[in-house]
Amino acid sequence: MQVIMAQALLGLNVGVFYAMLSLGLAVIFGLLNIINFAHGAMYMLGAFIALIGYSLLEQWFGISLQIGFWASLLVAPVIVGILGVLIERLMLKRLYELDHIYGLLLTFGITLILQGLFANYFNVSGTPYPGQPEALSGVVNLGFMYFPTYRLFAIVFSLVVCFATWWAIEHTKLGSRLRAGVENPDLTQAFGLNVPLMVTLTFAFGAGLAGLAGVLAAPIYSVSPLMGADLIIVVFAVVVIGGMGSIMGAILSGLALGLVEGLTKVFYPPAASTVIFFLMVLVLLFRPAGLFGKEK
Amino acid sequence: MFKLWKQGLASAIAITTLAMPLTATAELTDGKLKIGVLSDMSGVYKALEGPGAVIAAEMAVEDFGGSVLDQPVEIISADHQNKPDIGASTAREWIDAKEVDMITALDNSSVALSVQGLANDKKIITMNTGAGTTALTEEQCTPYGIHYVYDTHALPVGTATAMVKNGGESWFFITADYAFGHSLRDNTGAVVESLGGEVVGNVNAPLSTNDFSSYLLQAQSSGADVIGLANAGQDTVNAIKQANQFRIVQSGQKLAGMLVFITDVHSMGLDIAQGLQFTTAFVWNQNDEARAWSERFFERHGAMPTMVHAGVYSAVTNYLKAVEETGTDDSDTVRAKLGEMTLNDMFVKNGSIMANGSMLHDMYLVEVKKPEESESEWDLLRVVSKIPAEQAYIPLSESKCSLVN
Repeated sequence: MQVIMAQALLGLNVGVFYAMLSLGLAVIFGLLNIINFAHGAMYMLGAFIALIGYSLLEQWFGISLQIGFWASLLVAPVIVGILGVLIERLMLKRLYELDHIYGLLLTFGITLILQGLFANYFNVSGTPYPGQPEALSGVVNLGFMYFPTYRLFAIVFSLVVCFATWWAIEHTKLGSRLRAGVENPDLTQAFGLNVPLMVTLTFAFGAGLAGLAGVLAAPIYSVSPLMGADLIIVVFAVVVIGGMGSIMGAILSGLALGLVEGLTKVFYPPAASTVIFFLMVLVLLFRPAGLFGKEK
Repeated sequence: MFKLWKQGLASAIAITTLAMPLTATAELTDGKLKIGVLSDMSGVYKALEGPGAVIAAEMAVEDFGGSVLDQPVEIISADHQNKPDIGASTAREWIDAKEVDMITALDNSSVALSVQGLANDKKIITMNTGAGTTALTEEQCTPYGIHYVYDTHALPVGTATAMVKNGGESWFFITADYAFGHSLRDNTGAVVESLGGEVVGNVNAPLSTNDFSSYLLQAQSSGADVIGLANAGQDTVNAIKQANQFRIVQSGQKLAGMLVFITDVHSMGLDIAQGLQFTTAFVWNQNDEARAWSERFFERHGAMPTMVHAGVYSAVTNYLKAVEETGTDDSDTVRAKLGEMTLNDMFVKNGSIMANGSMLHDMYLVEVKKPEESESEWDLLRVVSKIPAEQAYIPLSESKCSLVN
């Protein structure tokens, strides 16, 4: 029983990263209809910004400003968000009239470029992130196991961010305008709302979420150019299972699939890396729109 | 009388043959000696071999004087991308069109096997410094294939033997779920059991696992003395890092890495890696000679050499020596010479190349230093004990190589 509880908690730990990343993907897909393959690269970028800001800024640029972990939680999403704006304004905007696949290919290309650039300088075996705050470096005794304080913090923090995002989109005026803009851009524009700006900001927000997840992941996993590539395929499966574009679906299926994966590791480890795809196939067969998606 | 005369003739012929290369006729078939460094230049093994191997090979040529038998020596290199087909087609082009005389590096066992097979057909020497599989010198050995730095027999033998003798009798394995991981685990398990230890459990983790915490907790709950990591590269780094987060070493279990490079330790940092024991063929600051070479390497590469980098230097140097001493680049002659030589340089002491291609040399069991013991950024390892060559490598009497038995 203790083993199962421990594994469930670990599964939840993985799940919050799935949830945060698939949330960003779902927001971008739901509101912009873009399959953003660069999401994994943006997650990786978030982690690297934290790393560079903490230890390399001075070495590289002679700037004696150290960006600690807490500041990175703010700085990295903003920088990744700005990059998101550039990508959306300069590139993706030109593809809106075309099929989904063009956006996917473009963002996939961006991923390969970013990964290549970082792999060229940082070796792919990963660099440790040294900036984990002292206050979170301990271990909590949960009775059934010792759990690193930092991981517990990451779980709580991510859950707060996920549900705040969901609430903002579903229950605020801003969110309702956004949804209106997506549903019928012409009509919304006629009401005097700047739809292109909303679209850009939404993309930036989704990208920023990935960057934030990257900062959160940095102290747990090594910061490596391939960290996003490893995760992104799983996250796509999570989004499909949750229902493309469904915000709550992305969050809940992210958490649930993390749990499923964690428990699979106890009962049949070799299947742990494929169980999510197995579920994806089942979901596509019986509920093609995903568990929380709406049939169109 | 007649017998005596025959012996005299034989020795006269032998002397003439030996003396011949020393005369002015000694020369290379194509007026140039070309060495190919075929490695992973962009992927997971880039840091441990990759561009550093090219630098090591170039250093070897420069230190040799840039030429052999008054002919220039040239290094060429390419990225095999960890794909056996790309490795083989590059090697084929090198041999057919560019007249490459020797191929080295070749990290990644599947690439290594395909290139060694091809090179055998073309009678070209390969001096493998990076791949692990014992198949290179066992089932798939060739007359021209040399395996230089380590193999999956040498690595676990040293580590497992030392750890069992120090009281680590029960083992739990976390195994990379593919051929390399399985063979590493089986070899290690066999050593543990032969010394009276016990393998209490195993969990197979998919290759490139991001999160090892779940497997580590299973290893922890098994209560084993030692958690054996039958994996490599990023997987080993992740597993060790996360073992630290869950206080596994602090609560009394030991970690044993079966294949760890100094670049991995550097990437993890001492806080996390301290106390980890593993087997290596080379430690850059193990003696003055190694230190002097490594510091020159560092100036060019920006990182201290792994055992593979040092191995490339040594392999190229000894190959050049053999060419010079025999006065030819003919593979059969050079290979025979390499088999007779006793290898001594900053990488290897009293090494010898067996008929199956295995280069027999001592290995070292090392322990990662504590942060307070380390004197510089790369001062990371302490040699615990020397593992004699005959213990580390498969004895010829047990070899499955067709050239031997």
